[in-house]
Amino acid sequence: MQDNQTILQIKNLDISFRTNAGVVHAIRGVNLDLQKGETVAIVGESGSGKSVTMKAAVGLLDSNATVNSGEILYTYEDRDGAQKTVNLLSLTKKQLRTEFNGQRLAMVFQDPMTSLDPTMTIGKQIMEGMLLHKKMSKEAAKARALELLKLVGITDAENRFRNYPHQLSGGMRQRVVIAIALSAEPDILICDEPTTALDVTIQAKILELIKDIQKKMNLSVIYITHDLGVVAKVADYVNVMYAGKIVEVGNVEEIFYEPVHPYTWGLLSAMPDLDTNDDRLYSIPGSPHNLLHEPQGDAFAARNPFALKIDKKAEPPMFQISRTHFAATWLLHPDAPDIDMPRELKERIERSRKEAAKYL
Amino acid sequence: MKGFETATVVEPSSYTPVEGDFELLEQEDIGTDTNYASQGYWKGVAVHFMRNKRAMVGLCIVLLLILLAVFGPMLSGYAYDEIVTALNAKGRKKAAVGISPRIPAIHEMITGEPYDDIYADKTFLFGTDDLGRDLWTRTWYGARVSLMIAFVTILIDMIIGMSYGLISGYFGGRVDNVMQRFVEIANSIPRLVIVSVLAIFMKKGIGLVIVALLLTEWIGMSKIARAEMLKIKEQEYVLASRTLGAGNGHIIFKEILPNTIGPIITQVMFSIPTAIFTEAFLSFVGVGIVLPQCSIGTLIEDGFNNITTLPYQIMPPIIVLALLMLGFNFIGDGLREALAPKLEDM
Amino acid sequence: MTKYVLKRIGMAVLTLLIIVFLLFFLVRIMPGNPFPSERMNDQQIANKRAEMGLDDPIPVQFVRYLWKLLHGDFGNGTSLYNGAPIKTVLSTCVKNSFRIGGMAVLLGSLVGLLLGICAALNRGRFLDGFCTVVSILGVCVPSYVFLIFIQYNFAYKVTLLPYFFDQTKFLHSSVAPVVSMSLFTMSTIARFTRNEMVEVIDSDYVRLAESKGLYGSRLVSRHVLRNALIPIVTVLAPLIVDLLTGALVVEKIYGINGIGKLMVDAIAGEGVDYNYVLALGILYSSLYIGVMLIVDILYGALDPRIRVSAKGGVKE
Repeated sequence: MQDNQTILQIKNLDISFRTNAGVVHAIRGVNLDLQKGETVAIVGESGSGKSVTMKAAVGLLDSNATVNSGEILYTYEDRDGAQKTVNLLSLTKKQLRTEFNGQRLAMVFQDPMTSLDPTMTIGKQIMEGMLLHKKMSKEAAKARALELLKLVGITDAENRFRNYPHQLSGGMRQRVVIAIALSAEPDILICDEPTTALDVTIQAKILELIKDIQKKMNLSVIYITHDLGVVAKVADYVNVMYAGKIVEVGNVEEIFYEPVHPYTWGLLSAMPDLDTNDDRLYSIPGSPHNLLHEPQGDAFAARNPFALKIDKKAEPPMFQISRTHFAATWLLHPDAPDIDMPRELKERIERSRKEAAKYL
Repeated sequence: MKGFETATVVEPSSYTPVEGDFELLEQEDIGTDTNYASQGYWKGVAVHFMRNKRAMVGLCIVLLLILLAVFGPMLSGYAYDEIVTALNAKGRKKAAVGISPRIPAIHEMITGEPYDDIYADKTFLFGTDDLGRDLWTRTWYGARVSLMIAFVTILIDMIIGMSYGLISGYFGGRVDNVMQRFVEIANSIPRLVIVSVLAIFMKKGIGLVIVALLLTEWIGMSKIARAEMLKIKEQEYVLASRTLGAGNGHIIFKEILPNTIGPIITQVMFSIPTAIFTEAFLSFVGVGIVLPQCSIGTLIEDGFNNITTLPYQIMPPIIVLALLMLGFNFIGDGLREALAPKLEDM
Repeated sequence: MTKYVLKRIGMAVLTLLIIVFLLFFLVRIMPGNPFPSERMNDQQIANKRAEMGLDDPIPVQFVRYLWKLLHGDFGNGTSLYNGAPIKTVLSTCVKNSFRIGGMAVLLGSLVGLLLGICAALNRGRFLDGFCTVVSILGVCVPSYVFLIFIQYNFAYKVTLLPYFFDQTKFLHSSVAPVVSMSLFTMSTIARFTRNEMVEVIDSDYVRLAESKGLYGSRLVSRHVLRNALIPIVTVLAPLIVDLLTGALVVEKIYGINGIGKLMVDAIAGEGVDYNYVLALGILYSSLYIGVMLIVDILYGALDPRIRVSAKGGVKE
């Protein structure tokens, strides 16, 4: 297996939703790359369109959604070992479900309390995918399901196998959901806010678990989250999303140590930090842009203390900063005034750089 | 920007920057949230409700029916129990028995010939019944009874049902236990059995219908109100109010009630149709409204009795009944959706 | 589970007992005379009262009545049907009502389920709209209006069906009442099924099942139907009671000799006496309580959340 092989590529994705109030233009030209074995995080406030992007990839968009343009290219090895690339958006639901969902792309959902079928034992729910895709015997599937339960850290698997979801705690249920996602041995695991609904102590355990399994099974993982703490812990690359667009991309160091987009500055400043001397917690002013109305210029301009006049007139293009670092803000334009990130943020980054250096 | 002079554009934008574009925008109101700030909860509900076509149709139907019930009987110029008569050629008084719906002016306009019978100048929009009474007047008179029942139901729901549920849920423990056992028993006695027992020792008439509703209608509402109370009473603001020394009555009716009102109004809207149905049924059977008064139920019964001779007679009350049901059901549905909007209806 | 069932049965019996007592008490304290006094003199009435034990204290009468009731004896009618045992009159009525009501329940719930399922699976399309129209119509128009409509068009204008119920042509003359009675059930079930299905289809666990690769009929049968149909049991129950005990006016209009007609006669006070009211009240209440009991137990058996909770689940 060669390195740096792109396994999933989203190109210029554009999605809108029909609602009673009008058309919501939720995704406005998203580009994203995922390399084999890597972890990519999509970060943004709620409503920024991060979940929708990934739901489009697995064919789980709501019925009122329309894909206006774009491609989601998935590269895989078919049964004969030949490399194939397919546009997931061009497939029928049936093709997607029979050939891709579960066995190639699997998903872990946000709320473990509601994502398991309450009337089916968890054993059956884990075995379902295997029986469907792998054509195994029931006994083999059961053995594998027990193995998976142990893999995701559930002790007493034999007994749990016959339990119904309501008999398990939230953390256990999320482990079961992960086991289900892994059951048909996918290449890509999409985690939609996998730890948001869980206690902090359990959050860390679940993240460790996913990381472990990623190594063991050579998975590519996409995290959808609004929690930068999670991102720092797990991601190789970070995509910052705002109002249906990706506004800054880079590897983890670039995003955390050299952010250039004012929105990313805002997100980082809003992270609670023990070492800071500030009296109050920073928060980005205002609320996310309402996509019922097409933004004029830069969608973030209204909340941006560093907005330029041009932000009201035209959308900023993507500027490339390094091989891996891109951002869409007019501040990067050669004619733009010299504006640096807020001082508090800069100090904070310096602190954490030193902190990180200690452990190197 | 410092340090990034090397930044290059990946995909050029169609806009070419002009002089002055790269000045800082002076924004003062950046902290004001313009997206959601101006919309209160009830305003949101109202907007949802108004946007719901079906709910608006329901509202219009009910308003129209109320208007017709109030003013309809006056428009015809006949009393609901008046037997319309006219003098025939021999100078004898004759009742307008069994005249199908007609408007002389329109008849003349279409055929070009005037009516030549003795009721030539009279308009009967819905026709007349087998005794010669104007059905337009009677239908709207009957609709009044149905609407009155609707009003009584609202009172029963809001006064008895709601208080019972709120009190039972608020005090909990033994009070709740006793009150709920009582509801359970009351709920296990079919409404018909209560009506049949009542029918033995009460005079027939609207009073019996109302007593029957009084005894049965509050149960559904009390369950809803109790469930809402259980949901809300644990919230902090209730606790806060109690620490400030507010009395139980104040907490129940001033603090909690306003927050349960949504589901309660919805429940009221859904219980009105059943109440109207019950009245129509009881009147049809003959224990409701007493002759010569009429309600939708007795009108349907009259129509049924004359269906082979005067088939048009049954239509107006049935249509009015169906429209009433439709209107209240639509309003109820609309309210429910407006109070708990799902993403796709937003 | 067994403990739950036993407790539930105990509650039901107790409730029924209280209702029987309430009804009995109400009927006994009611003013008026159970006998047509114009045809009897005072002495005869006094004799009759003594004979029927009406002069005993009410608790004694109640226990006696209860004892008889346990042996299936509802007492005798005093005026109508010339004092024949209520039991015999009731049994023919029950038979008729249950047969017609049973057919209506079957027809209504099957068609309603089918309609609701199809509507939910074709959300926003023609079938969904059709289902909505049907369910609105069924809920907005009383069943007796449908019966009158069928009677007028298919029995009077065109003589396809008998105009009144005819015991000798049972099936043929059941068509009109069964169809008209089933409509309300059908529309209620269709509407409820549709909404439940839609809710389940939009649920997270169906999303998860889809992301596993399930689709189409397999998804619907394994994850959607079971979850959507369990709550339907609860709405079906009161509908069953209503239909089995005869849609009252339908029986009255169509001349069906059933409990519904008996009830209407009792309500309208047409010669049906106290004992009938009492018997019918008990019949109705026990049916209602019985069906609710069955539903509760069934619900527990179908829904693992209730089934297992009695055993006590294990948590992390």
